[in-house]
Amino acid sequence: MSQQADNAYYVPHGTHWPIVGSLGMITMLASAGLWLNGSNTAQWVFYLGAAVIVFMLFGWFGDVIRESESGMYNRQVDSSFRLGMAWFIFSEIMFFACFFGALFYARALVVPWLGGEGAGASTNEFLWQGYLPLWPTNGPANIGGEFQTIPAFGLPFVNTLILLTSGVTLTMAHHALKAAQRGPLVAWLAATVILGAIFLYFQVEEYHHAYTELGLTLGSGIYGSTFFMLTGFHGMHVTLGAIMLAVIMFRCMKGHFKPDQHFGFEAVAWYWHFVDVVWLGLFIFVYVL
Amino acid sequence: MSSIADTGITHVHDDHDHDHKPRGFLNRWLFTTNHKDIGTLYLVFSLLMFFIGGSMALVIRAELFVPGLQLVHPEFFNQMTTMHALIMVFGAVMPAWVGFANWMIPLMIGAPDMALPRMNNWSFWILPFAFTMLLSTLFMDGGGPAAGWTLYPPLSLQTGNSFAFVVFAVHMMGISSIMGSINVIATIINMRAPGMTLLRMPLFVWTWLITAYLLIAVMPVLAGAVTMLLTDHFFGTSFFNAAGGGDPVMFQHIFWFFGHPEVYIMILPAFGVISEILPTFSRKPLFGYAAMVYATASIAFLSFIVWAHHMFTVGMPLEGELFFMYATMLIAVPTGVKVFNWVSTMWKGSMTFETPMLFAIGFVVLFTIGGLSGLMLAISAADFQYHDTYFVVAHFHYVLVPGSVFALMAGTYYWLPKWTGMMYSERWGKLHFWLSTIFVNVLFFPQHYLGLAGMPRRIPDYSPQFADFNKISSIGGFAFGLTQLIFVGVIVHAVWVSKKKARARVWEGAIGLEWTVPSPAPYHTFEKAPDIDESMVPHADEISH
Amino acid sequence: MNRQNTFIVAIAVLAAISAAFWLLLVAPALTGNEINMPVGVTPQSVTHYELHMIILWICVVIGVLVFTAMFTSIILHRKSKGHEAATFSHSTRAEIAWTIIPVLILIGMAIPATTALVQMEDSTGADMTVKITGYQWKWKYEYLEDDIQFISTLDANSNAARQLHSGMDPREVENYLLDVDNPVVLPVGKKIKFLITADDVIHAWWVPDLGWKRDAIPGFINEAWTYIEEPGVYRGQCAELCGKDHGFMPIVVNALPEDEYRAWVAQQRGEAVAEAQAVHQDWTDEALMSSGSEVFASQCATCHQQDGSGLPPAFPALAGSPVATGPVADTLDIVIHGRQGTAMQAFSELLTATEIASVVTYVRNAFGNDSGDSVQPSDVTLHGGEDS
Ligand code: HEA
Ligand code: HEA
Ligand code: HEC
Ligand code: CUA
Ligand SMILES: [Cu+2]
Repeated sequence: MSQQADNAYYVPHGTHWPIVGSLGMITMLASAGLWLNGSNTAQWVFYLGAAVIVFMLFGWFGDVIRESESGMYNRQVDSSFRLGMAWFIFSEIMFFACFFGALFYARALVVPWLGGEGAGASTNEFLWQGYLPLWPTNGPANIGGEFQTIPAFGLPFVNTLILLTSGVTLTMAHHALKAAQRGPLVAWLAATVILGAIFLYFQVEEYHHAYTELGLTLGSGIYGSTFFMLTGFHGMHVTLGAIMLAVIMFRCMKGHFKPDQHFGFEAVAWYWHFVDVVWLGLFIFVYVL
Repeated sequence: MSSIADTGITHVHDDHDHDHKPRGFLNRWLFTTNHKDIGTLYLVFSLLMFFIGGSMALVIRAELFVPGLQLVHPEFFNQMTTMHALIMVFGAVMPAWVGFANWMIPLMIGAPDMALPRMNNWSFWILPFAFTMLLSTLFMDGGGPAAGWTLYPPLSLQTGNSFAFVVFAVHMMGISSIMGSINVIATIINMRAPGMTLLRMPLFVWTWLITAYLLIAVMPVLAGAVTMLLTDHFFGTSFFNAAGGGDPVMFQHIFWFFGHPEVYIMILPAFGVISEILPTFSRKPLFGYAAMVYATASIAFLSFIVWAHHMFTVGMPLEGELFFMYATMLIAVPTGVKVFNWVSTMWKGSMTFETPMLFAIGFVVLFTIGGLSGLMLAISAADFQYHDTYFVVAHFHYVLVPGSVFALMAGTYYWLPKWTGMMYSERWGKLHFWLSTIFVNVLFFPQHYLGLAGMPRRIPDYSPQFADFNKISSIGGFAFGLTQLIFVGVIVHAVWVSKKKARARVWEGAIGLEWTVPSPAPYHTFEKAPDIDESMVPHADEISH
Repeated sequence: MNRQNTFIVAIAVLAAISAAFWLLLVAPALTGNEINMPVGVTPQSVTHYELHMIILWICVVIGVLVFTAMFTSIILHRKSKGHEAATFSHSTRAEIAWTIIPVLILIGMAIPATTALVQMEDSTGADMTVKITGYQWKWKYEYLEDDIQFISTLDANSNAARQLHSGMDPREVENYLLDVDNPVVLPVGKKIKFLITADDVIHAWWVPDLGWKRDAIPGFINEAWTYIEEPGVYRGQCAELCGKDHGFMPIVVNALPEDEYRAWVAQQRGEAVAEAQAVHQDWTDEALMSSGSEVFASQCATCHQQDGSGLPPAFPALAGSPVATGPVADTLDIVIHGRQGTAMQAFSELLTATEIASVVTYVRNAFGNDSGDSVQPSDVTLHGGEDS
């Protein structure tokens, strides 16, 4: 139970973390811009900015964790966090929806038009004669050269199983937490993190294979663009999720969280499940179909 | 702070109780978690941006004063058009509404602060950096972005060194908006005082709740779109390149999937403010409260399925054109309900015409004109003529300037006494209103004629047949701009000079929680949630009975 | 305030607001300014004009009614007149009415709008086809059946007057910004199909008198059609932001009666034949330089500037440029093939071998680039070299 009376909402007084975060962000993005424009020294500034952001995250969450552990948060604060996390995840879903939308639009409309179907008859006849609207494609100009795709029922399928299993292990961890069993809790969490790491390892493996042997790159026309953007952003989210899970695991080892109040844990679990579901969409729409 | 946990007392704010604001400039403004301070920061920032964006508009109007190129090169002109729009939309209007949300939502629903106060600080403090970066692009090799605020590829991919910075600035604005709207949602859903049921909430709160959902749904899509531009530019992807199987028009679909809801993001809170002000000065409850809520929700829903009305001329299949035309026309229905309900609110009231009311009335009239010209644009066959002409420019400035911006001004006059504790000068306020209203029409009405007569938008120079109306429009533009200095004068006067103290209930006809706290609103309000009963809510519709 | 008074005030307000709208809609025309959409000279333009007028009047009537109700109330129901506020706060019946009635009005608008759209999209059964390609900042026209092709750019007088600080008065220039060197010539009384596309960025082809505009999108072809009923010269402009000279790529349609049109076609074919022969001829350096300077002024100067100084970094200077002073092959290559992903376009699509030879000679010898060499039309392999 919270030590606070139920009608007092905890409002912190002042915080310097946001401004640190903003400084980190501007350092990172401004130097990323310079880097893209060809400045090599900017690269190091970029890492500095990223480090500042990591520092900020530790500091900020550290404050929150301390306050939470010392019982300053009542139920209402807890629901604010829940709402915040839920709608943050929704915004992430819309971010992925944007790239899925690009994939569907390109496959269902653009490629057929370029190939002369529907409204595209003249387009094909005058501009891209001889182009056949097949998927996968790198477009009528064969941008990026010949390539092969990664079959769905190889590593990607294994990865699907791995992520699904990690969802189960995470749920087991949650049950353990609710039953106040620290040992199993940490063990299941560790399993989840390890599964995430294996997933990432395979993903890197797959990218390496694509770049070195299949000729499939980010520059392989629309197929390569959608493939790498979708799987790439997903991979970044898995990485983040795995790091967050690891942090949660260390917190569990330190005895944080209570069986009836452990939103930090749940937030990360939600995130992980979201990443999981996105992968299912990817597996179906990018690899299988 | 540490005392809280071990004493177990309810008192959260014991280190600087009640009106003891944090000491020191940095503590007060840079590190603040107070919704009122953050609201003030947002409002001041957006006013600054309004002036910067407005100055760019004046560069545009000055160049268009007479035919021929007199002042700037065409490429700089295009940068001005692009930056003017980006700054007005993302820097002036949107942050201003977030500022209002910060100040007013907790006061209106009886909450001690926003739900996530630290994040609130971050949402704001991203913006100055984002806009510094955006503005700095004007000084880079090749200049700032010049492809229009819509950033259509392939043209936007020809941007010089500034390209990546523009994309990153948009990302930052997006992050800020998303955090801001998450905060609004969490606050409204979670922080209402007991008795403040959803259908007792003031309309401003409702419209912001719906706006926040729109924001969360579309800002990430914009982020995705500009990310694809970035990779097309730097990493060889082919999203918008037909040779690689992509399509430049795909960008337009994605952009407008964001862009159309975006325009309602700028107008829904305006609808809310107007729905607060009209009842107050008509001394009569808002007509059809429930219908207003449903109409807002319908507009928001429809806004997701009309985007391609910005693209009637790209060569969509016939079925697509028809669908988007019909869907767009439908938006007139819920918007009409709003307009009719506002008129009915005034009908048989006991009206007085203080500055906020004047601006609200100006809003209703001029927004309706802008909405009706929007309806004309929605007729796709006719849009084959209207599209990309000054008729469109006239349409959207009518809904944005005497629409969103007038509502912002109305709201500022309405709540300024609550914010500062001092009455502003009615006389100067009214002068500001009358000059603004006259000149905004001198500025934008002739643009309808220009567009119909065939003047394309985004051109630095034009055929002499368009000279007369351009001259009138430019004169209107400069006069409207100068008039806004009065606004600054009125605010400065109210904050630092005025001797006239405001009462808690500033306006005779005002009902609502925000009027139950003293003016200026104390630094901390509603630390103990008030119990809400019907007399405290501003409307008396069937639902709340 | 009794009902009768309300009624009288409402009528007065209605009259005043109607008068105001009338003034706005009609009076400015008395000054001699065009303030409405042109009726145009095609079936589509007439349809679109009529549609525009219908919706305009519907909107005006709605506006007048709403404002009448509002201002009547503002005049009568004010506190200063001692009006007491009523307390009603809703009326389900009224709200249903003002939901249903607008829906009916909208349906009334949707019907003619749908018909117009269906007509617009039907480009079948055309008598001839013209392919239009937008470039930064010119248009290329190809008559597919007659094998004619040419480019159309801003007229030289307008071009001189429109420079920043040109000191010229635009009003003195005939058809300022709405004139081109080569207008597109079309026959009246024929259904003409257009295939519209672009080479670099998106443009839009728009002549108001024809009644529509259509985007020109790189990599895709949009179809549109027209049927011009009256001979005449019709002017329009590019209608999609396409870079710095977006305001300076006009369109001029010269609609001719059938026989005059045929004569024009014959003349164009004659010129094309002469052109083809010129390739085999050897040119003097002076001839190359003078023709090159003309081509440069009309084709290259928008980007690289008349004095070759360019607008770095967007458009590099040609004066002293490594490419223009290096091997001839490199200069030829960039002019013929352009550079993918930049504004530098492939001029093999736009210029003849003779023109390319002369402009390359020119850029290699003008602005202090004194390579001294010259390029003959026979050195220019327009299509053979394209794949290499
Ligand atoms: C606050 C911003 C805002 C708002 C509220 C609107 C509202 C509307 N807009 Fe507008 N619009 C913009 C901002 C806005 N717009 C911008 C910025 C652009 C240009 C972007 C760019 O290209 O740069 C644009 C462009 C734009 C276009 C594209 C034009 C083109 O490029 O060719 C279209 C086309 O359909 C359109 C339609 C509409 C419609 C139908 C509404 C409707 O919501 C209006 C509804 C209101 C009414 C209709 C009036 C009140 C109703 C009644 C009194 C009821 C009775 C009425 C009837 C039954 C008729 N808008
Ligand atoms: C909320 C959004 C918003 C707002 C408030 C405005 C406000 C104004 N806008 Fe703009 N505008 C857009 C959004 C907005 N605009 C958009 C989205 C576009 C499309 C861009 C594109 O095509 O990509 C556009 C485009 C646009 C154009 C078309 C440009 C073109 O097609 O080339 C023009 C031209 O007249 C214009 C003018 C103005 C003017 C005069 C104002 C005025 O209301 C501004 C008034 C304010 C001031 C003038 C500043 C205050 C005063 C001072 C600085 C004091 C000093 C004053 C003097 C010395 C006189 N705007
Ligand atoms: C629409 C703009 C545009 C037009 C018109 C144009 N160019 Fe270019 N040109 C460019 C751009 C942009 C580049 C730089 C390409 C790059 O980044 O590699 C360029 C590069 C060049 C170069 C190489 C310069 C160097 O040092 O890299 C030459 C030579 C050249 N152009 C000649 C011409 C000639 C001759 C014409 C007319 C027949 C012409 N250009 C018309 C935009 C244009
Ligand atoms: Cu071509 Cu605008
Ligand atoms: Cu829209």
